[in-house]
Amino acid sequence: MPTKAASDKPGTRLEVRKTYKLYIGGAFPRSESGRSYVVNNAKGKFLANASQASRKDARDAVVAARKAFGGWSGRTAYNRGQVLYRIAEVMEGRHEQFSSEVALSEGLSISKARAVVDASIDRWVWYAGWADKLAQVVGSSNPVAGPYFDFSLPEATGVVAVLAPQDSSLLGLTSVIAPAIVSGNTVVAVSSYERPLPAVTLGEVMATSDVPGGVVNILTGSASEVGPWLASHLDVNAIDLCGIEDPDEARDLEAASAENLKRVRRPAEEDWTESPGLSRLTQYLELKTVWHPIGL
Amino acid sequence: MSRFEYAPAPESRAIVDIKSSYGLFVNGQFVEATDGKPFKTVSPSSEEVLAEISEAGPADVDKAVKAARKAFEKVWGPMSGRDRAKYLFRIARLIQERSRELAVLESLDNGKPIRESRDVDIPLVAAHFFYYAGWADKLEYAGVGEDPQPWGVAGQVIPWNFPMLMLAWKIAPALAAGNTVILKPAETTPLTALAFAEICQQADLPPGVVNIVTGAGRTGQTLVEHPDVDKVAFTGSTEVGRAIAKSVAGSDKAVTLELGGKAANIVFEDAPIDQTIEGIVNGIFFNQGHVCCAGSRLLVQESVYDEVLARLKRRMGTLRVGDPLDKNTDIGAINSAAQLARIRELSQIGEDEGAERWSPECELPAEGYWFPPTVFTGVSQAHRIAREEIFGPVLSVLTFRTPAEAVEKANNTPFGLSAGIWTDKGSRILWMANQLRAGVVWANTFNRFDPTSPFGGYKESGYGREGGRHGLEAYLAH
Amino acid sequence: MTTLDSGVDSLADVTSSEDRLRRFLLGLPGVDQVGAEARAATLSTRSIKTTAKAYALDLAIRMIDLTTLEGQDTPGKVRALCAKAMRPDPADSTAPQVAAVCVYPDLVATAKHELRGSDVKVASVATAFPSGRSSLAVKVQDTKDAVAAGADQVDMVIDRGAFLSGRYGLVFDEIAAIREAAGDAHLKVILETGELVTYDNVRRASWLAMLAGADFIKTSTGKVSPAATLPVTLVMLEAVRDYHESTGLHIGVKPAGGIRTAKDAIKYLVMVNETAGPDWLDPELFRFGASSLLNDLLMQRTKLATGHYPGPDYFTLD
Repeated sequence: MPTKAASDKPGTRLEVRKTYKLYIGGAFPRSESGRSYVVNNAKGKFLANASQASRKDARDAVVAARKAFGGWSGRTAYNRGQVLYRIAEVMEGRHEQFSSEVALSEGLSISKARAVVDASIDRWVWYAGWADKLAQVVGSSNPVAGPYFDFSLPEATGVVAVLAPQDSSLLGLTSVIAPAIVSGNTVVAVSSYERPLPAVTLGEVMATSDVPGGVVNILTGSASEVGPWLASHLDVNAIDLCGIEDPDEARDLEAASAENLKRVRRPAEEDWTESPGLSRLTQYLELKTVWHPIGL
Repeated sequence: MSRFEYAPAPESRAIVDIKSSYGLFVNGQFVEATDGKPFKTVSPSSEEVLAEISEAGPADVDKAVKAARKAFEKVWGPMSGRDRAKYLFRIARLIQERSRELAVLESLDNGKPIRESRDVDIPLVAAHFFYYAGWADKLEYAGVGEDPQPWGVAGQVIPWNFPMLMLAWKIAPALAAGNTVILKPAETTPLTALAFAEICQQADLPPGVVNIVTGAGRTGQTLVEHPDVDKVAFTGSTEVGRAIAKSVAGSDKAVTLELGGKAANIVFEDAPIDQTIEGIVNGIFFNQGHVCCAGSRLLVQESVYDEVLARLKRRMGTLRVGDPLDKNTDIGAINSAAQLARIRELSQIGEDEGAERWSPECELPAEGYWFPPTVFTGVSQAHRIAREEIFGPVLSVLTFRTPAEAVEKANNTPFGLSAGIWTDKGSRILWMANQLRAGVVWANTFNRFDPTSPFGGYKESGYGREGGRHGLEAYLAH
Repeated sequence: MTTLDSGVDSLADVTSSEDRLRRFLLGLPGVDQVGAEARAATLSTRSIKTTAKAYALDLAIRMIDLTTLEGQDTPGKVRALCAKAMRPDPADSTAPQVAAVCVYPDLVATAKHELRGSDVKVASVATAFPSGRSSLAVKVQDTKDAVAAGADQVDMVIDRGAFLSGRYGLVFDEIAAIREAAGDAHLKVILETGELVTYDNVRRASWLAMLAGADFIKTSTGKVSPAATLPVTLVMLEAVRDYHESTGLHIGVKPAGGIRTAKDAIKYLVMVNETAGPDWLDPELFRFGASSLLNDLLMQRTKLATGHYPGPDYFTLD
């Protein structure tokens, strides 16, 4: 990203800027539409050109997410916890980069941005630990009135579309992706439109932290443009509308989601610094009840 | 008599006292409807008109919602969990005391065999109230936080296949959690819900805590769209569930939906064969196949296909179809003329698409709505009878070669409510159970229900669970 | 081991070696206990009224093997039992006779003498009944003695120890030997299901007995609890039904012990009707091993005929 104009003074060098691309199926393509849009910092100064995802990018991301679902949900909970923890480890190594991007994107002081990155990393750690506890907390053994062993286990819902928060570009994004993938869902996330840079960097973290390709797909661009395609997509099982600020738009997306009975999380006032609780985590779970006779 | 022919053994109708007409149950009283047209409920086994039922119009629904709101704010909400529990225990006991009457009423109005209403439906109704009664003063242990709160006013719409059991699934957890309710029973089966209203009166349940509004789809729509309803619970078709999900979009209403299914019942070559045949029969012919979780797609491993089919047909030959009140009836009447028409239409489509249709010889009564137990063979995944919910005593049989193929076929549907597995191999059961995308998996059994056991679907079979702690959660804000 | 010349071509291979027999028996489909018991319970909710009940009561009487198998049995006791077998209800000549009287071998001659001229058969237990713990030679002699004394039917016990330890060939050979020793007498093979414990074992033992030449398979000696139960009988009825499908042969079933009321007997008849089928609703193919059952059937019969409830004092005690 651009900092101060490079000078020719000894000891300084012209930095190599990063191209901000989409993250789909473990690869970093530009938008198939060829479109990009200007991302400014909080003060209106140019930061980068981000890829502007199209409906076809969304479609490709859903295909990638569906392809990854069986393998990811089929891993042991222990393994998924390890992978999520690995995300935290790799983010820690990129702490400065994230802090700088968050500071620029959200207009925070660098120290406040660092605190946001700290909280984001810690959130991954918190969710990582849930992987192998969830079934014990939300599952049950059911004492039916008959000679049957009957138990209920949570399972991942499937492909979850996440329209990420517009304001909180890293902590908010983390707080909506982590609870979906920890239980085995795969995610297609549309980042904050105006603050997409931390999202792209998070994608780079995913690519280097043992997260299988397709488990997390990150699209930069407009939730209003891509959202309706995800809401009406019949191979998406759930949708988080938290990044939609206009109530009418949220209503329309919810109505479109009804077509295949998606599990819908409506937009709500959220304080991303608060302890998240279980509600997002359990939002993308299905409960499966299994019966078997007990006999000789 | 040279053969052992079972003489008629009808359960007495004298135990029920059906009024000629019924009002709506609002605020603890039966009241006249103000703006709806009355309609008739008939016995599907004879087409006899049983009673005239009031249709609740928008003004009636509004009154019921107001009564529920007032009861929530003034009485039921502030009441201690301990006392709510005691009301529910009372209701459970009253249901047990009147169980035979309720069973007869259910069989009359719905057409299901008395053996099922007496031995399955009504005992489960009482069990549900007992189970949730005990939760009312223990909500802080339900796993949804230290101070869980009810949503408020719940609007509940239920289907005609298990009229009183579905009422129990809806009302018991709602009241235990501290909500008040307006329940709309199905148009064709309102009588046990109206009997339940009397039970609420006998229990001295405070007025407005339970309100019963009768009517058809329009009444249900008015109820779920009413702006002062906080929680919507619906059991019925995926089509209506989808409409409800659309209609509540953008609102603050919490929703749970229990919708259709097209369950695979999967039979492996090492299955305990005699119990498997019973499970297949119970899976599709229980309650005339009017069961959202019915095992309507039989997937048989090719190596045992001939044997399974031969045994199944032999067993189907012993099914007794007829008078729902006869204690020896296995299969009763189809619930309505409309449902019968749908079953006939889809069965005709099955034949037209080239599947082979078979039913045992059975004499069907002249009056009423009847359909013989039917099996279609030569069915492939592409047939409509393998994809659409028939909701009748019609089984489609497909084959598979390997466990992976069975899973692939079983999951190849937009539904995901239930599935069955029949095999003697434990590790295979657990592998299959893990792979099947369905909310309830019955292994070496089928169509078992219990108040402690969560029930509900994946995908287009709906969302939310009923039964158990999870069923309680659906009525608590969190 | 020997193969039986029973004309059962389709199953001839099965008994050609112990190894094949073992593989066949272990390859039979499993029985899920919960499902089998649920099926039996559902069948027992059938409501048998009026004409159907009258038919069932008389049929049940005709199916009784009226039994006394006590250490204190005497010729006097057996004579009384035989009188009862031939004329169950002295007050009602329309009451049918029972199928047979079942006694220990030493009382066969007495029974035979008492029953002369009637259609009531004499059944004798044999083979070191009830435990079966004796040498084959003794068991064969026991059987021969009973037949020589006039037994029409022999109720043998299987070697449960051999069965439970997997020595199926031994059990098979023993049944085949008794089959031979019994000559023309009907052979009922008692599985003693209460000692076999699992329904899987009941199914295997049923097939083993049928393959070895049983005319009937019988649940119990009456000396072990549990004796006959509805689900055990269900599994055995399924076995004879399936054996008939394979071979065309009809094998009978006899639940024995613990069946005391008409209501219970009717539940068994419903189960026979809806499992093996109407062919088996015949004393040639279904029997009750019982004693006190008879009086309850007679009482119910009287109730049906007269419309009021009789008391036990109006029926003979033997």
